[in-house]
Amino acid sequence: MNPSTELIMSNVVLTCLQTDKFKTNCLSVNLLTPLSRETAAKNALIPAVLCRGTATLPDMAAIASKLDSLYGARIKPFIRKKGEIQVIGLYADFADDAFIPEKSDILEQITGLISEMLLMPKTHGGLLLREYVDSEKEQLLEQIRGRINDKRAYSIQRLFENMCAMEEYSTDKLGTESEAEGVTANELTRHYHAVLAASPIEIFYCGSAEPARVKAAVKASLASLPRSEEEPDMGTDIRMNSLEEAPRYFEDSLQVTQGKLAIGFRLGDCMEDPNIAAIRVFNAVYGGSANSKLFMNVREKLSLCYFASSFVDLHKGILAVSSGIEFDKYDAALSEILSQLDAVKRGDVSSHELSSAKSSVASDYRTIEDSPLALEDFYLNQTLIGPDCSPSELAALAEEITLKEVIAIAKGVECDAIYFLRGEKEEA
Amino acid sequence: MQKEYFKNIDETLISEVLPNGLKINIVPKPQFSKSYAMFATNYGGADRRFKLSGQWLDTPAGVAHFLEHKMFDMPDGNALSVLSSRGASPNAFTSSCMTAYHFESTSQFDENLRTLLTFVSTPYFMPESVQKEQGIIGQEIRMVEDTPGYVLYYNLLKCLYSANPVRDSVAGTVESIAEITSDTLYHCHKVFYNPSNMTLAVVGNVDPDAVIAMARGILPSEPGEVPESDFGGEEAETPHQSNSKATMEVSAPQFLFGSKLNPEKKGLPRLRQVLIGEIALRLLFGPSSPFYTRLYADGLLNGSFEYELDYTAGTAMILAGGESRNVDGVMNELNTEIAKIKTDGLDKIQFENARKSHYGTQLRILSSFSSLSQELANGAFADYRPLDVFEEINKINLSDVRDFITDNLSPVKLALSVVSPLERETKGQ
Repeated sequence: MNPSTELIMSNVVLTCLQTDKFKTNCLSVNLLTPLSRETAAKNALIPAVLCRGTATLPDMAAIASKLDSLYGARIKPFIRKKGEIQVIGLYADFADDAFIPEKSDILEQITGLISEMLLMPKTHGGLLLREYVDSEKEQLLEQIRGRINDKRAYSIQRLFENMCAMEEYSTDKLGTESEAEGVTANELTRHYHAVLAASPIEIFYCGSAEPARVKAAVKASLASLPRSEEEPDMGTDIRMNSLEEAPRYFEDSLQVTQGKLAIGFRLGDCMEDPNIAAIRVFNAVYGGSANSKLFMNVREKLSLCYFASSFVDLHKGILAVSSGIEFDKYDAALSEILSQLDAVKRGDVSSHELSSAKSSVASDYRTIEDSPLALEDFYLNQTLIGPDCSPSELAALAEEITLKEVIAIAKGVECDAIYFLRGEKEEA
Repeated sequence: MQKEYFKNIDETLISEVLPNGLKINIVPKPQFSKSYAMFATNYGGADRRFKLSGQWLDTPAGVAHFLEHKMFDMPDGNALSVLSSRGASPNAFTSSCMTAYHFESTSQFDENLRTLLTFVSTPYFMPESVQKEQGIIGQEIRMVEDTPGYVLYYNLLKCLYSANPVRDSVAGTVESIAEITSDTLYHCHKVFYNPSNMTLAVVGNVDPDAVIAMARGILPSEPGEVPESDFGGEEAETPHQSNSKATMEVSAPQFLFGSKLNPEKKGLPRLRQVLIGEIALRLLFGPSSPFYTRLYADGLLNGSFEYELDYTAGTAMILAGGESRNVDGVMNELNTEIAKIKTDGLDKIQFENARKSHYGTQLRILSSFSSLSQELANGAFADYRPLDVFEEINKINLSDVRDFITDNLSPVKLALSVVSPLERETKGQ
């Protein structure tokens, strides 16, 4: 499965992955914008407001009925954080023509609809409908305030807010409460036009249609897309080292029965010329797989926590560990989590641990080719950070990673910050 | 072995019942690199009191879930590590009515399936490891207690049901799991993990004959007694209690409402009831429904609103909920909507669209190996074939759907559970 990629308009790239493997196809339109504290909430609002109504389908009920009639097609707004790039847009998934009872052209209808939502939102006097803006603003505020409901995700977010306080990365993909509160229909309309004209656009299609058919449909429906001359200044600043000699410590107290520990690291030297397969294998050895050191030791052997796992953000060069612990296990859990990293640095990794990690990473990559949604994300990441190869090629690379390569990555990793979400009354 | 090709969706279903009673369903997917297998027993958190050889037995709450955690222990190591070291993604879950062990893998499927069938059919519970697990599950129980969705859900079930054990957490309590010993586990394994009470579902790039041969070779050849569970007797048609309120560390009030329905137990009537119910709920609560779009526009509901139809432990229920600053307002609107449907009926075009839309949703399930396997397992325990929905959906009528709504969602049938923010300033941000 190899995609075809083509620049179809100024700064608009269409990637088509033609396959008859799936019963549902996908089409996404991604607008790439710089992540910043000043605009994140406004950007986050745009796709949500676009889904409220268009010139010909003026409200949600009209759009949803249209989608129902297209055999339950979906068009969802999304906001993704890729390092210090905020990607906003619309994602459609819809039945392949071959599997519905009547003859149809769902691809063209979806392309038309998604473009109409993007280019011709419902307006009044040239402004995005205030009613829609205000209502989506409320929803966004609820979501921003609601981040506290998922304590694990919240602890990771709070870690990054503190650890990367001086970097744009500290901004959440939804933006801040205070920025969101200030948004008006007037201002959002201006911002929407600016973003639409200035943003590089990545369009991805996966399904049974010929790339030529997809291109024709997309070009026709996006004909009125405004394109500006200037390219926005965009990219992710990768900090190689920890900010201070010793890890910085941050905490919050909430009324919870279980503590959440989140630890942030800089991946360091390996980000100079990242070998993505090797970094993934390193992460799988340390805490990113079911046979990882964190899972086997911190959870299984020592029962210090209910969960402990690590993940990497390759856009930003960050490793993070997340763990749920009893409040009084803080010291023991922290020291064990750090000492497991030291073990990897020393090369204290059994051949079983290494081979399991490699299989796990290889399998994760191969599985990507079985899901349109995963493929879409994979190829967007590839556009942003490379490398230029397919998931199965990366799987094969992962299988060749050596212990030496894993150690080399581990040695560059520096702990930068520790965050602990503790309870208010700690007799538990 | 039965093999049927479903031309409308280009899928093949292979079914087999082994002499030991195990039901096997396989959907081959030759174009995919991954394969998925689920080995499940018709045993969950609600199966606490059961009859075996004419005798009623009681077990502590949480045994099914505890067993799930301990099943992975093998005399020669841990099956989870064996599977994951081959790059497979193994996992398991316990619901009120089912315990399922599953893995997804892109290589060595045969070895992985052998491991799955072997570890699930091999009880090995060391007293020290049982004791240690009490600590781990104790943590898990505490963790879910901090989860608003969990609290909402069980508070609602305690409203809906007076005695059905689905009222209680699948994981049990710290106290109830303290009563579990290795003997309890051996006993319940023997009772519920016999092939006559189990099913195997496989979706992926596999050789069906090899799958069936392997199950035949590894599992016991004799059928076993299928235990009969006591789910607390007949429940009233209306809720035991109409509402429940709790406060937690949440940003906005969360709500979940629901009602009980009279479940069709098995076969095509069950499949039809599920279809009617799902189309009805889509018409009533789905993204294009007048109820949802109006309340969303008015700010009474937001994108977190969800609904489902759930069959478990001899019962079935409708659940719907989300987040709202004005839960009473939502409930008033719901009652108005139902009353309107009662007098005016449903819109024909909206019904046709809901049916089409549901067709597309079902089509999506075919691409999710885990969802499809789960559907195959559900179907095996309730004697229906999930792939029949694509044919059956055309036979559902507007009146079926209207009756479903008016019968099951009248105000007297509804119970409501709410979790509100603590009454003080929220800290942390």
